[in-house]
Amino acid sequence: MLSRRASLILIAPAVVLLGLLFLYPLSYSLIWAFSDEELGGWGLQNFIKAWGLYSRDVLFTLIIVTLSTLIIGAVSVAIGGYLTLGENRVALAVLRTLYRWPLFIPFVVSAQLMRTFLAKNGMMNNIITSTGLMDPLAATSFLDWRGIVITFVWKQTPFVALLVAGAMAALDRSTIEAARNLGARRLRILLGIVVPQVGTTLMVGLILSYVVMMSVLSVPLMINAQTPTMITVDMAWRINAYSDYGVANALGFITYAMTAVIAWIYLRQGVREGGRPQ
Amino acid sequence: MNILRTIVIAVLLALLAFAIFGPITNLLIWSVAETWYFPAKLPQSYGFAFWERVFRPQGNAMESLGNSVLIAVFTVIASLAVAIPAGLALGRGKLPWRSAFLLLFLLPQAFPSLAVHMNIARIFYSLGLNGTYTGVVLVHTIQGLVFSVWIATAAFSAVDRELEEAAANMGASPFTVFRTVTLPLALPGLMASAIFVFLISLDEFTGTFFVGVPDVTTMPLLLFTASMEGNYQIASITALILLVPSVGFMLFIERFLKADVLAKVGS
Repeated sequence: MLSRRASLILIAPAVVLLGLLFLYPLSYSLIWAFSDEELGGWGLQNFIKAWGLYSRDVLFTLIIVTLSTLIIGAVSVAIGGYLTLGENRVALAVLRTLYRWPLFIPFVVSAQLMRTFLAKNGMMNNIITSTGLMDPLAATSFLDWRGIVITFVWKQTPFVALLVAGAMAALDRSTIEAARNLGARRLRILLGIVVPQVGTTLMVGLILSYVVMMSVLSVPLMINAQTPTMITVDMAWRINAYSDYGVANALGFITYAMTAVIAWIYLRQGVREGGRPQ
Repeated sequence: MNILRTIVIAVLLALLAFAIFGPITNLLIWSVAETWYFPAKLPQSYGFAFWERVFRPQGNAMESLGNSVLIAVFTVIASLAVAIPAGLALGRGKLPWRSAFLLLFLLPQAFPSLAVHMNIARIFYSLGLNGTYTGVVLVHTIQGLVFSVWIATAAFSAVDRELEEAAANMGASPFTVFRTVTLPLALPGLMASAIFVFLISLDEFTGTFFVGVPDVTTMPLLLFTASMEGNYQIASITALILLVPSVGFMLFIERFLKADVLAKVGS
């Protein structure tokens, strides 16, 4: 058994590393965001400039990331729900081996996959037109905001679905069986009994995905070459083209704020539902 | 009714399979396409000429691959060097404010990382670490830190204390107990964390984008550059090289990360 002192010594290197490479740059980002380079001292100058130049992109980012998060949540619940309540053994086995594939595929690879797949002459349009469901002339490129959402959903759903399916598998089956014996339909059981019990896991998975998507640079750069675009692209642009750390960090602070709002909504929900997240 | 339901399930699964494997198939086709012009649905000619270009010893793809592997190896070493002691303290020690420490390591996951990365790059610039391997390894290490520390903690927590006590009762010194009992039993979990960190480093884009340029090019950066230049064959081959370990890890993770360790994550 390690003593208190030995434990503190052992954990020290990891904490120092975290302090130097995360807490220190994080505080730097706040300082740069709120300092006024022209007049000196503190000010909101960077935010005024950032908002003037990029308010559309901020809104665009918020809509894209929120929409992706909602779709990821719905698909994850559907996958987890079928894995928990489904009865067709073949379908269960197929689904179980199928849904996890993109789990560890990096964003930059996902973006390259989608860049060719969703293009006007990409495989998706080719197959849809070959089946006769769409006229070849009506084919359009999905490489815009829809492409970003599709890539995010493709890449992040397995992660949330894995968490949700795990939580659902660990549930006490007796309430599910009771509802089933009373004749409840499976959709009703899923939404009324299963989902409320895995709510915390679902929300944690979705919030983690939301934060990750908020800071992806490769996907908007590779999928969406037009304006409006996501603010990660603007941050990289401010730094690489102008070395403008003030505006870049103001935009960075906006991403923190958009994340904090979501976390706050979740925590408030937890308080309202009985004082503690389940 | 039952047949109808079966058909609906089959159609939905087929759509899901198309959504997941369609993009991957498209990538595979691109990687062996020598010429593929609009409006052809499939390439006009196939071949491995671009593979030769990628794997030419003096080509920049091999250099990027070498860089990526080298950086990933050093990232694993750096991560384990701090995560094993930390995991031991969190999983086995009498650490005060234990849950606060666990949460502290989770903190980087709570902030959008890009905004932090660009400031790391600025700090590194003043220290002369930009464009160096050390700088890139440090950025990758901090990204993998939460996973390496949490998994190491879980791995040490899952070791049966009675075995350690038995060894200690037979007269083994604390270090011998650690070396012969605790460490071997925690090894599968530590291996999982090492592989995971290796993969995080191999796939990392944003941190390298800010800290590595212009001197250190890794596979993800090469993929990005090739794709933006419209060189889809090179981009697809590079993407494929990164895809294989990712999918392999997904298929084999359960072998490394046993349920007893998984159950202890975060507890």
